[in-house]
Amino acid sequence: MSIAVHQTFPNPAGRKPASGETIFRGLTLAAALIVLATLLGVFVSLFLGAWPALHRYGLGFFVIQAWNPVTEKFGALAPLYGTIVTSIIAMIIAVPVGLGIAIFLTETCPRPLRRPIGIAIELLAGVPSIIYGIWGLFVFAPFMQTTVQPFLIDTLGTVPGIGDFFAGPPYGIGMLTAGLILAIMVLPFIASIAREVFLTVPDMLREAAYGMGMTRWEVNRSIVIPHVRSALVGGTMLALGRALGETMAVTFVIGNAPRIATSILQPGTTISAAIANEFTEATTNLYTSSLIALGLVLFVITFLVLAAAQLMLQRIKRRAGE
Amino acid sequence: MSTKLARRKLTNTIMMGLATASAALGMAMLAVILLHLVTKGASSLDLAVFLQDTPGPNDLGGLRNAIVGSLIMTVIAMLIGIPIGVLAGTYLAEYGRFSKLSTIIRFVNDILLSAPSIIVGLFVYQLMVVTQGHFSALAGTVALAILVVPIVVRTTEDVLRLVPDTLREAGLAVGVTRWMVIRKVIYTSARAGIITGILLALARISGETAPLLFTALSNNFFSLDLNAPMASLPITIFQFALSPYDNWQALAWSGALLITVAVLALSIAARLLTTKRVKS
Repeated sequence: MSIAVHQTFPNPAGRKPASGETIFRGLTLAAALIVLATLLGVFVSLFLGAWPALHRYGLGFFVIQAWNPVTEKFGALAPLYGTIVTSIIAMIIAVPVGLGIAIFLTETCPRPLRRPIGIAIELLAGVPSIIYGIWGLFVFAPFMQTTVQPFLIDTLGTVPGIGDFFAGPPYGIGMLTAGLILAIMVLPFIASIAREVFLTVPDMLREAAYGMGMTRWEVNRSIVIPHVRSALVGGTMLALGRALGETMAVTFVIGNAPRIATSILQPGTTISAAIANEFTEATTNLYTSSLIALGLVLFVITFLVLAAAQLMLQRIKRRAGE
Repeated sequence: MSTKLARRKLTNTIMMGLATASAALGMAMLAVILLHLVTKGASSLDLAVFLQDTPGPNDLGGLRNAIVGSLIMTVIAMLIGIPIGVLAGTYLAEYGRFSKLSTIIRFVNDILLSAPSIIVGLFVYQLMVVTQGHFSALAGTVALAILVVPIVVRTTEDVLRLVPDTLREAGLAVGVTRWMVIRKVIYTSARAGIITGILLALARISGETAPLLFTALSNNFFSLDLNAPMASLPITIFQFALSPYDNWQALAWSGALLITVAVLALSIAARLLTTKRVKS
């Protein structure tokens, strides 16, 4: 609490604080307020831009599947569906693999290798979205088309009940491909957050569990993971926030078809991909406004997800005694 | 009893094996992506890429205008974003450390940190492109700067808070004003950490595409005019990769390799800086 010192006692010279002090303090406050203003500005500007479309379609905007620039019928349902489905696919894969990486790095990995492997995984997070896009389109999608998708169609596609999700010709691109690319992209986030929170678990808990005769896996499953559950959920939601808004990589491989297909092998679209693809081509005001309305929907969803993530992560920080 | 123990041991072996496999998978993904980038990108990477502008379909050319455009927009975005980020981080760590306002700003900043970058593009489109009536490099620059700020705010606040309070107290005790303590003592001892944040921000915006799509747009010609559309490496990659022309696709791969090398070098440099700080 050194802060109070300066404020309570007058300057030794008895002068008013130098004007440099006031200016500097004012500048830092102004800069901090810019951060706040940015968020408010995003909300207000998106809302104003979306207003013509929201006014025209009302709540119907969220339940209409049509996306037809010619007849000016726009609905958010298909992009919203694609956004959610691709993100779910990504999380289903990335969460267990990310946890696995974290467990490996905190338990089994030889100590000298921990740092280099940790950095390598984090570098995956640094690779720009556009790189995943070009790689996904030219390398991963053909691989999906020739190998993975025919396999899925022949096996899971014939199973009654879930067969419809894996039906149709192998396009290569599509919602599954986009979901898998997203999984690779959010994997390092989950892994590094999980690793960080695993390290906050007191050694005494681990040692006590080992002392009881638990195996490594049992210690992690029954002691470590439950101990940091809320932070793990927070980290997962942080990754989900990224997946929901991810643009370029998805734009390359989703196929950009504004419709809802049952099969996840079919092309679809997401909110961010629709905006990225169509915004500069939007010829009418209503078209542009509908795309901005999509952006507003995306921002509200990611805001809620990220806010929830923050609250959950703060809980563990407080416990770690920050 | 012993069959139960055997089963537990087996489960343990399987699950820990899966954990190891996960890490191997992560490493393999990085290796595969880098390998493809190098093999596909390096084959068409020559001096012309740096010296010639983007060509027409099936014509010879390079990426000069896109590289220069990216450099200009990135540098100016950093120049705008760094002071705002460092000052705001200073407010959160120093003047407003315990204030209610800081709690809100921290929360908002963490959300902006992960907010979709395409949303920032839409915001700047509304803010600048609509009001000015045309796309401009300046709008792209502002969009990138908005992405720089939260990263720098976060790292600056974190490293300033690592500086022990005794240093602050010592400075104040000898009669130095608060802002001189911050400038001369706090910033000096936290310099490596602040630079790490700046490098991370630079790495992040070097590859950003979505915020430039409808702010800076793109330009087939060499341009230094901030008030006009400007080419950038990521947007050029986006356009060329999705084109049907072989030469454009080859240039897209070269550009992708350039960006990745730059971004990874920046990320590694940022990490090396942090290590040194921790060790010293």
